[in-house]
Amino acid sequence: MSEEYSVEIVNPEKSFLSKDDVTEVVVPAFEGEIGILRDHISIISFLKPGIIKIFSKSGEESFYVNDGIIEFKNNNLSILTSLILNLKDIDKEKISEIQKFAEEELNKSEINDQEKYLLDQKLEVLKSIN
Amino acid sequence: MASLDDLKKRISSVKSTQKITKAMKMVAAAKLRRAQESAEKGRPYSDKMNNIILNLSNGISDIENAPKLLSGSGEDKVHLCVVMTSDRGLCGGFNTNIIKKAKLYFQKILDEDKKLKIITVGTKGYDQLKRLYGDNIIEKISFKDSKNVNYFDADKVGKILIEKFEKKEFDVCAIFYNQFKNVITQIPQEQQIIPLKASENEENSSEDNYEFEPEEDEILNNLLPKNISTQIFKAMLENSASEQGSRMSAMDNATRNAGEMVDKLTIEYNRSRQAAITKELIEIISGAESL
Repeated sequence: MSEEYSVEIVNPEKSFLSKDDVTEVVVPAFEGEIGILRDHISIISFLKPGIIKIFSKSGEESFYVNDGIIEFKNNNLSILTSLILNLKDIDKEKISEIQKFAEEELNKSEINDQEKYLLDQKLEVLKSIN
Repeated sequence: MASLDDLKKRISSVKSTQKITKAMKMVAAAKLRRAQESAEKGRPYSDKMNNIILNLSNGISDIENAPKLLSGSGEDKVHLCVVMTSDRGLCGGFNTNIIKKAKLYFQKILDEDKKLKIITVGTKGYDQLKRLYGDNIIEKISFKDSKNVNYFDADKVGKILIEKFEKKEFDVCAIFYNQFKNVITQIPQEQQIIPLKASENEENSSEDNYEFEPEEDEILNNLLPKNISTQIFKAMLENSASEQGSRMSAMDNATRNAGEMVDKLTIEYNRSRQAAITKELIEIISGAESL
């Protein structure tokens, strides 16, 4: 039996990536990382800032995402995200820019716990890749 | 009758206008291709988003406690209208059509004795509405400085809307924009985004049981604000494609009209030139005869 399924990543501007030979995708879901294999039960979840890892026949790829929603159904994984960057051709300046912005947000007083948690996560991930 | 010199001047002025409209048409055509492309590329995102929300709201068991953005605030008193227009003119009926559609809606709201609030996106809409509905406009937003339509601009509008909704400043929110069908046709649209109207597109909803992580309502709470930004982004993309399309056909018409005018003026010019010559000839001949 084949162990592959298809994944599509879309951001508001365009369809970012579409592959149909992936074997496993690891996504940073809100309550912890989820690895998705073929024939996973249908699932909807949303993402926190982190790294998406895609394993396929042709190799492994990693992407940074800011946020997002995933839907897995009938061996089709859709990932919707507002900001996604390929770790391979990542831009140091851009990362620093996002990092700075996140730090500023974090210093504001009116944010709630959930926002704070997300921003903390974001900074941590950004630091690890920068 | 205008003198020859005047006619000559008019012909050259119409010709230079024609040059401008022709250039504008070319520019609009080039921009249209890009805008259309990004409108098409943007569709999967909003479609998928819609699908997921549909699946989610089907799965929600407790309608009573559904998020406010989905079920509404329970009242129907204050309507907020977001009128999305362009920042530039000279694009045919583009802005006027949206405004017309919006005004109909405004009238309906006011007739029903409900309160009306307006947010204008794009300067042209503000210019056209401020005279009649100046007191109702609570905010005007313009993205004149951003070169391309981008998601972060849409997100800003979305955040403003949600903030106002949470402060209970309005109960129902509708957006007005032009949907791009083709270069000649743009359809003004009225779309209610808060509370969310279940889309009629039922074929994609499935009976599948989803596993949710975290719980449904938490996902919905997270997703619905994003959906609003997404809908606004979609409207902005459609609008920008429509604007260029509308401008292109308007400028094409203008160019053709200018061409016709040049032809007509040229004939008139030639006629009066000949008339002048004939008159001179008659004068000479009758002068010679009388000798």
